[in-house]
Amino acid sequence: MIEVNGLVKCFDGFAALDGATLSVPAGSVYGLVGPNGAGKSTLIRHLTGIFRQDAGTVRISGQDVWENAALKARMASIPDDWYYFLQSSIRDMMRLYRGFYPGFSMERYEKLKEVFHLDEKRPIRRLSKGMQKQAAFWLALCCMPDYLILDEPVDGLDPVMRRQVWSLVLADVAQRGTTVLVSSHNLRELEDVCDHVGIMDHGKVLLERSLAQLQDNMVKLQVVFPDGMTEVPAELPVLHASRIGRIHTLIMRMSAQEATDLLAGYNPLLVDAVPLTLEEIFIYELGGADYAVKDIVL
Amino acid sequence: MISLNYRDSRPIYEQIRDGLRKLIVTGALGADEKLPSVRALAAQLAINPNTIQRAYNELEGEGYIYSVPGKGSFAAGNTAADSARRAELLAQVQELLSELRYLGASQQELLDLVKEVCPS
Repeated sequence: MIEVNGLVKCFDGFAALDGATLSVPAGSVYGLVGPNGAGKSTLIRHLTGIFRQDAGTVRISGQDVWENAALKARMASIPDDWYYFLQSSIRDMMRLYRGFYPGFSMERYEKLKEVFHLDEKRPIRRLSKGMQKQAAFWLALCCMPDYLILDEPVDGLDPVMRRQVWSLVLADVAQRGTTVLVSSHNLRELEDVCDHVGIMDHGKVLLERSLAQLQDNMVKLQVVFPDGMTEVPAELPVLHASRIGRIHTLIMRMSAQEATDLLAGYNPLLVDAVPLTLEEIFIYELGGADYAVKDIVL
Repeated sequence: MISLNYRDSRPIYEQIRDGLRKLIVTGALGADEKLPSVRALAAQLAINPNTIQRAYNELEGEGYIYSVPGKGSFAAGNTAADSARRAELLAQVQELLSELRYLGASQQELLDLVKEVCPS
């Protein structure tokens, strides 16, 4: 279980984190999403004990993370700017990791060698960006972590390797109950792998839910109102409405069943409820006006 | 065995649920045959295990599968077919039939179709 409470971090007076609060249940895969500059990476650096917070608490398994080596031995992390020693090969890094992680599994290291097709004796710096990322996954998974913290983990990986890596991570989740926190902008992919989602903006966590709740709590409806009714009734709690011809598309914050029942009162000619994708939820939750794709023609 | 379509508007768990149900209904998974474990399916499809568990739970609620603690999930015989699902499908058929009527299909054509699917 990862618990972050009222986390504040300022850099030169700018609050990168401004009271962020989130909790990741044990054994879940938690997707952290948010626009650029929302504070995702800063939050992740607190979780891994790299930054020290100005205020608030960061607790994993009920313990503070800062300077807690015993706890960090149970965590593995892949940051967005990973670091390897100059000239060191994967094999050298493996020896280093083995020194830090008591649970390091050589058996798994040998098994994953078949998966990743990397030359373990070549200096990591001379591998391509995607191959370096593969090396990071290889080493992180061998640590047998209870907590896996991933910052934009699959950027730079090819489609086959993405799937391969997720398959390995999710097998670990199912088998060993690993808790995973992952930040990403690829919402399509997060929808598959996550069961919990937190949306961040301006240094705060705006909302966090299980994916099932999130999808059941918002609905997109296509409605055709009866003749003589051209406008959407003002009393309907609509988040967003658009219209093409007679077909109104409404986004409402309720379950599909509630929305259909509510609209039935207006005797519509057609009501069709469609579940929203995570991408749509992200866009509507961040609230249209100040953060939306603007129609600018250059 | 089950394929996910990312252009499908249905959530992932519904696609898995409907996919498994289709396998059971068509007999591809016979009665008392073991379903893939949640773990195996999670790794194979690269999908969150909880999502797959949700699909399994719903299928169990509908009576298509049953689970034995410590052993896994098994396809139930078609005796357990759910009446709610039947009502739902009948409503869909009705919708399709009325569209066919609108497009000018004759009563005989529709009756022939019914006879073809279920010869008495």
